[in-house]
Amino acid sequence: MALDMFYDILSWCLIGLGCFFVLIGALGVLKLPEFWSRLHAASVVESAGMILLISGLCIQSGLSLITVKLILLIVFLFLTGPTATHAVASAALVSGMKPKSDLKEPQDSL
Amino acid sequence: MHEHHLILRVVTKIVVGTIILFAFYVQFHGDFSPGGGFQAGVIMAVAFILYGVVFGLSKVKQVFPVWLAHKLMALGVLIYAGTGLVSLFYGYPFLDYTVFDPEHPTHGQHWGIWLVELGVGVTVSGVIVSIYYAFASRTPHISDEDW
Repeated sequence: MALDMFYDILSWCLIGLGCFFVLIGALGVLKLPEFWSRLHAASVVESAGMILLISGLCIQSGLSLITVKLILLIVFLFLTGPTATHAVASAALVSGMKPKSDLKEPQDSL
Repeated sequence: MHEHHLILRVVTKIVVGTIILFAFYVQFHGDFSPGGGFQAGVIMAVAFILYGVVFGLSKVKQVFPVWLAHKLMALGVLIYAGTGLVSLFYGYPFLDYTVFDPEHPTHGQHWGIWLVELGVGVTVSGVIVSIYYAFASRTPHISDEDW
């Protein structure tokens, strides 16, 4: 059926896109130069990557109890992932880590 | 300091109840889906540990006192061993679940496993919370100047 094929293509596009974001995040964690940019890359994995992957799996599983559980999983990952990133970032900031920047700091010109 | 952890505190308040609900789901649905007593006990303990990590040790000790954790550890073993002793008293081997429904052994085994898993879950949650309390409320290391 054409509709089935449409759902299949849509779900595989979402799964592929999710895998792409997970891969980008993993590369970023390995390759980016300092803590803050690596944290940014890691947060991409748990928000964009996971949510796209699970949405693709939702469409694959059709209308069933598994879909409901997957949607709950999305809700909780959407809630806890950014919170964990926020906790790590704020702990780093409190312990005295400052983001490196190419911009000249105002103190230098004084 | 309090304002600083605003996001963490709000999200924790939303999530803790759900974690406890999920622990009960894993506990009592464990014979149909992945799960069981040990996993449910750990998930239940994690809810209290998360609460303690975010809100502080004194707050979580008001909700889940130390004596309760110690009593739960013993209570779970009591449920487990008591299940075995019941079958022993009725003349069956130790932990033979047929005793709970001799005419339908499958139903009896269902009840027996339910009770044993309940005991495991209660003990595990008590033990994990006790381990957390033991680590978190340990007195700080004495420095050289204090001697």
